Amino acid sequence: MVQTQFNGSELVVKALQALKVEYIFGYPGGSVLDLYDALFQQSDIEHILVRHEQAATHMADGYSRATGEVGVVLATSGPGATNCVTGIATAYMDSIPMVVLSGQVPSNLIGDDAFQETDIVGCSRPIVKHSFNCRNAEDIPTVLAKAFYLANTGRPGPVVVELPKDILNPKLKFEFKMPSQINMRTYNPSVKGHGKQIKKAVEAILNAKRLVIYSGGGVVLSDTSEQLKELVETLNAPITNTLMGLGGISGTHPNFIGMLGMHGNVEANKAMANADVILALGARFDDRVTNNVNKFCPNATIVHVDVDPTSISKTIKAHIPVVGCLSTVFDQLLTAINASPEKIDRAAQEVWWEEITKWREQKCLAYESSSEVLKPQKVIEKVYEITNGDAYVCSDVGQHQMFAAQHYPFKKPRQWINSGGLGTMGFGLPASMGVKMAFPQSEVLCVTGDGSIQMNIQELSTCLQYGLAVKVISLNNRSLGMVRQWQDMQYGGRHSSSYMESLPDFIALAESYGHIGIKVDKPSELDAALEKAFSIKDRLVFLDIRVDEKEHVYPMQIKLGAIDEMWLKKGVKA
Amino acid sequence: MRRILSILLENEPGALSRIVGLFSQRAYNIDSLTVGTTDDQTLSRITITTHGDDRVVEQITKQVNKLVDVLKVQDLTEVQHIERELLLVKVYARDENMRAAITRIADVYQGSIIDMGKQSYTLQLLSSSEKIESFLDLLRHESDIIELVRSGAVGIGRGDKALRA
Repeated sequence: MVQTQFNGSELVVKALQALKVEYIFGYPGGSVLDLYDALFQQSDIEHILVRHEQAATHMADGYSRATGEVGVVLATSGPGATNCVTGIATAYMDSIPMVVLSGQVPSNLIGDDAFQETDIVGCSRPIVKHSFNCRNAEDIPTVLAKAFYLANTGRPGPVVVELPKDILNPKLKFEFKMPSQINMRTYNPSVKGHGKQIKKAVEAILNAKRLVIYSGGGVVLSDTSEQLKELVETLNAPITNTLMGLGGISGTHPNFIGMLGMHGNVEANKAMANADVILALGARFDDRVTNNVNKFCPNATIVHVDVDPTSISKTIKAHIPVVGCLSTVFDQLLTAINASPEKIDRAAQEVWWEEITKWREQKCLAYESSSEVLKPQKVIEKVYEITNGDAYVCSDVGQHQMFAAQHYPFKKPRQWINSGGLGTMGFGLPASMGVKMAFPQSEVLCVTGDGSIQMNIQELSTCLQYGLAVKVISLNNRSLGMVRQWQDMQYGGRHSSSYMESLPDFIALAESYGHIGIKVDKPSELDAALEKAFSIKDRLVFLDIRVDEKEHVYPMQIKLGAIDEMWLKKGVKA
Repeated sequence: MRRILSILLENEPGALSRIVGLFSQRAYNIDSLTVGTTDDQTLSRITITTHGDDRVVEQITKQVNKLVDVLKVQDLTEVQHIERELLLVKVYARDENMRAAITRIADVYQGSIIDMGKQSYTLQLLSSSEKIESFLDLLRHESDIIELVRSGAVGIGRGDKALRA
């Protein structure tokens, strides 16, 4: 007999199946036990049991960043839900599509301070794209369809769905009706750029003598890197990427002038500062890019394309705003450029490129090598070589993150995965696990440090359970490197709470979780250690690499300065 | 600059908190806020008075529009509009001179005395927020305010055009 009536928990599962969900990252608890029972009785969706709900959100996040699919999280009410908050905020800041299903106490107890009751919709309100208090079992399929639609259209983001225990009750049965399409009168993200604005934009671009393309995470999220490449090559324009936009154009493309911003390349920041037209694509003029907004690129006409109107003229006034979906706007721009009788001034462009080449010659990413201590930059370069530049690189937050961004040129979008907006330490390991889940045959790295790795190290246990053979590359400098760097530069070298006096034996720790640990103490040991680590394909390898604790990340923007006012190294301005 | 925003949004639980939360989260000012149902049962209408420079007000309008529950936002200050606010105020009215002065002010402003105690009058005034301010100034000159409550401004555009679904 065909089943036609389903309980609330089964409705959740059926809706998720209809939405083609493959994995749910979560942790059970009292309010969602009925739902876990329904998950147990099917095999389309695999549930991944983490060791802490924060890790579930980062895992779903990593999975989403690598695949473009919506990451799905399931947590119980109260502490389960609040543990998700950091992961939700991380996804929100980087516009990652995610749906978080949270349990809730039964409807009749809501508001009574019942056991494990938290108003998670209230707690997460400032860090979600939207949220739903689902109050009737019949509504579950529609609410979930809306949640997924909202999460993954327009500017993507996390959506929280609260499910009180009573609507998941196995005894009450309902019909399953999945809406065939979603129409919300209050939600219509722009797709096409306004014709007049496109015309103005193309006019500015073609009349530019010193054009720079500045692209961000939007290009990665909208899978438009091919169109970006076409635009860059059509215009022969220099292109810089934000931290979130790396991989949007290949890091080895001749027109790529490096990352911009606080630890960006000098040539990228100089090009921005000296540009007459800046074409910003899916970027948001974040404070880590602009430095002092009052000194920002005074001579540039700014063309800003973004799907989210609030991103435009938020920090920097756009002269030519274009609201629209990047894939459509790219087509509009390319069509208009190719059809225009005006052509870019190639002679002026040649002069512009000569200038950029001179800035490039400063070799701003160079560092002093040493045979005594390992330089963290060296480790990243070696990892790049041995992985042929093809690995997924998931990063934690701190100096190692910047070294990875600077010294591992990414060939493709979605290859570089890091918490750019929120800067969440503890993101790297679970994110890498989510990526490995999606691409088990690919090399997936977690570049981390002795500080960050300890913020979600319990997930080494999850890795063993699911056979997630990621490579943990821990740049161990016995301190919180980025904090220490700021203390060196701005606090007279007073290292207030930025060093760790009781680090665990990471090798023994990795081994106790059932993995392989490899220690690197000296520069001479690096090559052999990496070779050994990368020859192992089916086990997680934890590389504990002792690096120079005194190393600083350079170049670095000078506080309150213009975008291109930078320290090249200690005491030397670019 | 002072602005009056009219917001049409889904009449759903939590929708108001998203608006209020947005203002506090992004450090925007709320000078007054009113909310009520409309002729369309599915929609609520909020009127917010706020202030800020052009850049801030542009951001406020965009950010409010971006909220998924919000259907429409209109900056009433950009169009010809009518604005009203209700004031209820209790003032001392101890002797004949005081009572006469208060009554005179109420008459001029077309307010009314809606209640009286042994020592006090309660007045009502329906007017623009600006006129309410000057009404209160005059009252303070003649008497002392015991208690005061304002509804916050509501507004509507002039002419045949309408803000609706």
